[in-house]
Amino acid sequence: MNWGSTSEFFAMGGYGFYVWGSFGVTAAALLIEALLARKRLSDTRRLLRRELAADRDNQD
Amino acid sequence: MSQRLINWFKFASPASFYPLAGTLWPWFAGLASVLCAVGLWISFFVAPTDFQQGEGYRIIFIHVPASWMSMFIYCVMAFWAAIGITFNTRLSGMMSSALAPTGALFAFLSLWTGALWGKPMWGAWWVWDARLTSELILFFLYIGYIALTSAIDDPRRADKAGAIVALVGVINVPIIYFSVKWWNTLHQGASVSMTKAPTMATTMLWGMLIMALAFWMYSIAIALYRVRAIILERERHATWVAELPEMQR
Repeated sequence: MNWGSTSEFFAMGGYGFYVWGSFGVTAAALLIEALLARKRLSDTRRLLRRELAADRDNQD
Repeated sequence: MSQRLINWFKFASPASFYPLAGTLWPWFAGLASVLCAVGLWISFFVAPTDFQQGEGYRIIFIHVPASWMSMFIYCVMAFWAAIGITFNTRLSGMMSSALAPTGALFAFLSLWTGALWGKPMWGAWWVWDARLTSELILFFLYIGYIALTSAIDDPRRADKAGAIVALVGVINVPIIYFSVKWWNTLHQGASVSMTKAPTMATTMLWGMLIMALAFWMYSIAIALYRVRAIILERERHATWVAELPEMQR
């Protein structure tokens, strides 16, 4: 075990800003990318559903 | 032989790749989560403190995997570009454009975590050193690919233009990889090389490799997910899209 306490863990031996700045931004970036990808797919599906519904209405 | 060729080209059709990608991505996402949990646990609780760099070295567990992925994804993009140019398959261009944002993200993360490592260890966020500069060029190549392909309205022509950027730019990847050998750089040499024993503790090495594997699985999952959106965007007028269950109300 490397850490005696929680505060020691967050301090990272004085490198806290650099270590958490790296891990935090990486986690946030991957999370945002995943959310954007999900939004892109659901937006596309919604748009296509609307287009298809409009086509069907025109044919009737 | 002919049987196998037919099977491969079957999945080159967006209509059959769309459901396949839909089945596959959750598996890769699951693998990525498990590997990430194990990797983070090793990074913070198993790997010992470095005798020179203290706890600051722990950035290595994402810096090196992110850098590897940025280079690897570019090679995969170039591979799809070559396939697209040779066989004129529609899916290849879609795969390249699905990979580009993730590659750009990892290139950015490589530079970002590198800056946060460089400041305490070298005293500078950035130096114009061969390794850093060539990685920055890689980031710009990704941005250039994305900008170029989204500036051209016709997707097939955009794919062709993008494929040229991907194929020409791939020459930068070995330059990044060997930069620390070819030039006298501030950046430290390779911690893991194919020809020598690794110059680091075994637990550190394992943490790095598992994080790299986690990023790899994440990249596959997100690329498969994104390519589904791209397939729908481009094939919107195809009959098979109209017949998809999620398109019915």
